[in-house]
Amino acid sequence: MSGLHPSKPFPEAARDKVNQPQLRANLRKVTHTIREKRLRAVGELPHWEELRLLGEATKDASLANLSDRLLQLEASVKARGGQVHWARDAAEAREIVVRIAQAHQVDELIKVKSITSDEIELNATLQERGIHAIETDLAELIVQLSHDTPSHILVPAIHRNRAEIQALFNRELPGEGGLSDSPAELAGAARRYLRHKFLTTKMAVSGVNFAVAETGTVCVVESEGNGRMCLTLPEVLVSIMGIEKVLERWEDLSVFMELLPRSSTAERMNPYTSFWSGVTPGDGPQEFHLILLDNGRTEVLADATGRQTLRCIRCSACLNVCPVYERTGGHAYGSVYPGPIGAILTPQLLGMQDKNANTLPGASSLCGACFDACPVRINIPQVLIYLRGEVTAEKGVTAEALAMKTVGYAMSSGWRFEGALKLARVGQGPLVKGGEITSLPGLLGGWTQSRDLKTLPPQSFREWWKERERDSE
Amino acid sequence: MSNAEARLEMLTRINRAVAGVQAPALPTYPQGERLERGALLHQFQDRIEDYRASFMRVPVADVAGAVASALAGAKRVLIPTGLNPDFLPAGLELLRDDPPLSHAGLDGAEAVVTGCAVAISETGTIILDHAPDQGRRALTLIPDLHICIIRAEQVVQSVLEGVQLVEASVQAGQPLTWISGGSATSDIELVRVEGVHGPRRLCVVVVEQIPAH
Repeated sequence: MSGLHPSKPFPEAARDKVNQPQLRANLRKVTHTIREKRLRAVGELPHWEELRLLGEATKDASLANLSDRLLQLEASVKARGGQVHWARDAAEAREIVVRIAQAHQVDELIKVKSITSDEIELNATLQERGIHAIETDLAELIVQLSHDTPSHILVPAIHRNRAEIQALFNRELPGEGGLSDSPAELAGAARRYLRHKFLTTKMAVSGVNFAVAETGTVCVVESEGNGRMCLTLPEVLVSIMGIEKVLERWEDLSVFMELLPRSSTAERMNPYTSFWSGVTPGDGPQEFHLILLDNGRTEVLADATGRQTLRCIRCSACLNVCPVYERTGGHAYGSVYPGPIGAILTPQLLGMQDKNANTLPGASSLCGACFDACPVRINIPQVLIYLRGEVTAEKGVTAEALAMKTVGYAMSSGWRFEGALKLARVGQGPLVKGGEITSLPGLLGGWTQSRDLKTLPPQSFREWWKERERDSE
Repeated sequence: MSNAEARLEMLTRINRAVAGVQAPALPTYPQGERLERGALLHQFQDRIEDYRASFMRVPVADVAGAVASALAGAKRVLIPTGLNPDFLPAGLELLRDDPPLSHAGLDGAEAVVTGCAVAISETGTIILDHAPDQGRRALTLIPDLHICIIRAEQVVQSVLEGVQLVEASVQAGQPLTWISGGSATSDIELVRVEGVHGPRRLCVVVVEQIPAH
């Protein structure tokens, strides 16, 4: 997997993952730990629900006037000495980065974790053009060195345990070889490896958490300090932002600086946040480029129900409360956007015709935990159901639709249902293995793809009742 | 591919997408219960210590002593041009960023001592607006120890107050750095490790004005 496009339908990808007991155990530990911590961090603020309402309204207000906001942002960034680029799709965005890198003749650049750059598959394109992009976030570095892909928005290497990372760093990091599996020692090795890169690399690429139209201020939220290094030390900085990240006024940022850290890392505040407006003489990069990325976002914006997805501030709270994510992990979603938010964002960005992405709205039990956890109140279950409807409409009359119709017919009258049950009881014989049905034939196979079925009891309740009445007569 | 063409097309798509959509009115910003001054400073201390950063609260005459103890033997100390020299103990090798030091020069410092623009008690956050007593952004990034001197009256309660107080700096084009504890990661099995790339240790010194009699 790389970028947005899932290479398999979700049920198929999920089946591979749920059969890995170690992965499931890791995921369970992670999601439960973050979930509990988050409840404490959120519980500390008695006005949390009001903050969520304000966050929701602030984002909606900005999206309602998005073109004005982007024009305002463009003008303020330019007024402060920055350059602004518009990219309709991933390919355009990648070309802009390549062009800037080539203009400065760099063959290496440093990156601060950016899902947007993963979305556009930037690293692979840079590599093809002879430019090596070094990931500087510890987890992203682990993922990069092991030629793997991220599996969580916040902790991308969470599917790897310390022994794997120990072996990886001892093999891949220059000058290392005798590292123990202590997380502190492993982080120390990453620090040694990257420090020289930070101090000497000429160009950096970042994502953007928020941008303020009125002041041209761009913001990156992080923990390790690798973000500050990338944003401050190189001569040239390129930041890629989805167009939905823009806010109107400076003060609008406040509510998100309250909502994001508590929802995401379950901290009162993340260790470091950097804000900059264009270029500051004598401080930081003296050349700044801001890329405004569409890549399907305007299609999502045009959809009255789906539009709320663009409020997302990438906190990952929905992943950690989702029973489906907890069992499959992020890779099953096949996209840089995993979990409940990915299940609605990915198919919308790609369009509902995408045969793999359009299986993602099915990746949910509709329990509603993701909506409760979302700091900007994206009604994920509502969008999931809506998108399932879109998929069905897209498919037209299918075998599934026919089967549902038949079931509806059988269940609409008592005697028909009873007759069907009797037939099924005889029919199930060859399918039963060890008291359970693990695989149904033909059309019905979909049902048993991700669950086992209890066998039908020898007698139905209605039959038992009739017999009882007869006996008592 | 032309930037003007992409720009026009994106703006057209957006305008078509949101035609007729009304922006909602913003609800008022919710505020927690107001703390009185003493409780607020205690809250700030609690939050700072919760990040495993160290905290001292001293009268103005004792700042240099507090800095000396926070330095814990470190000698090569980076200072911004606008820092009050009275805050520094004697016997240090001071690295001044004037003319600006190279990256390698900054990397040679063991510690940095700065002021700040404003601090937030609810979240234990220090906001730098990179005024002359704080220096440019790289100064508080490269050395392993950051000692931040904060006047007690610079501590406010809420994130919103903090954001409002630095608005003028932002409007003037200044960058900001928000710091809440030392550099940290939880990327390996969710085990928190302090100090990855930024300063591993943060020490906050809150200065009380001595009241006039």
